[in-house]
Amino acid sequence: MSIMELLKRLTGNRNTSANSACSRLRMVLAHDRSDLSPAILDQMRLEIMEVVSKYLELDHTGSELSLETEDRSTALVASLPIRRVRKVAR
Amino acid sequence: MAQLPSSDSTAHIDALKSHNCRSIVLCSGKGGVGKTTLTANLGIALAKLGHKTCVVDADYGLRNLDLLLGLESRIVFTAQEVISGSCRLGQALVKHKHEMNLMLMPAGNPRMLDWFNPEHMRNLVTMLAESFDFILIDAPAGVEDGFKNAVAGANEAILVVNPEISSVRDADRVAGLLSSQGTFDLIQLVVNRVRPRMVEKLDMLSIDDVLDILAVPLLGVVQEDEQVIISSNLGEPLALGKQNSPAGVAYGNIARRIQGEDVPIPDINAQPAGFMDRLGDFLSTKII
Repeated sequence: MSIMELLKRLTGNRNTSANSACSRLRMVLAHDRSDLSPAILDQMRLEIMEVVSKYLELDHTGSELSLETEDRSTALVASLPIRRVRKVAR
Repeated sequence: MAQLPSSDSTAHIDALKSHNCRSIVLCSGKGGVGKTTLTANLGIALAKLGHKTCVVDADYGLRNLDLLLGLESRIVFTAQEVISGSCRLGQALVKHKHEMNLMLMPAGNPRMLDWFNPEHMRNLVTMLAESFDFILIDAPAGVEDGFKNAVAGANEAILVVNPEISSVRDADRVAGLLSSQGTFDLIQLVVNRVRPRMVEKLDMLSIDDVLDILAVPLLGVVQEDEQVIISSNLGEPLALGKQNSPAGVAYGNIARRIQGEDVPIPDINAQPAGFMDRLGDFLSTKII
């Protein structure tokens, strides 16, 4: 880290143009690599929640499905906040 | 996702292996990132290191490798005549004026785009493998047929990228296509046209940013250098070493890494100029 970076961090200024290039690239590459459109992703999110909702009561507003990439591999990451566990007959 | 056709013939790979020849394609996806300049300079640099090197202009639509090497007036026959059998391989190869180890295989006229296919490229490489240690293939921009032809003849790739958002995105696409083909022993990255001062001000993606995003091993870094334009005006690549230039040194280092030498990749630092620049340098001092 350079003094400039430290100053920018201390002043809470993280939006340098290089930083925004990085985050925009990460977002767009995750979609490029998987060839999934945001519409399909949203469809998947709804269907996954439908299945999970059989067992758990979910917080619908906080749920999120996203693509994350690291080292040329892409992962589908779901974050589904739980309200409570349903009692299901086994 | 579009897939490259799988290699239906491996005769060229056998020829490369048996003659101990390495065939490297230089590609980027995006145009204007410096592929042709890098091809010309690495050709010169490898030749200077004593390797018999052939640079192949595979950009049949917009050929320029001859110009950058200063060989445009010496072309008699091209890859077109070699493939069609109307001349021998040796008649089409153009020897460089100063580097006797370097030859150019010129591109034919743009009508080659209509009929040239990956099998032709593999045949060309099979012929070249006998006489050379290195074949450098200058791929055209894009990921269409011309690109597919160019990569068909190679077993290694150098991905050329600028620290710039659209170039990185396109390079990622090309990296995906190359690795899905499964015929490459080695895919490496050259970050070209880096502007140190902009990187220091956090206004340009840093080398680490680019590596982090693309996850392709780094072969070299070349900084933006006005000498590159002057040298292409003259048709005398910087790697010839006539001028002392940062890019010329970087090309030489890349060539040495290609031949297996362990040459460290230096941190790129801007040359200080006025007070504001010196202040900028102070602010950019690494503290952690």
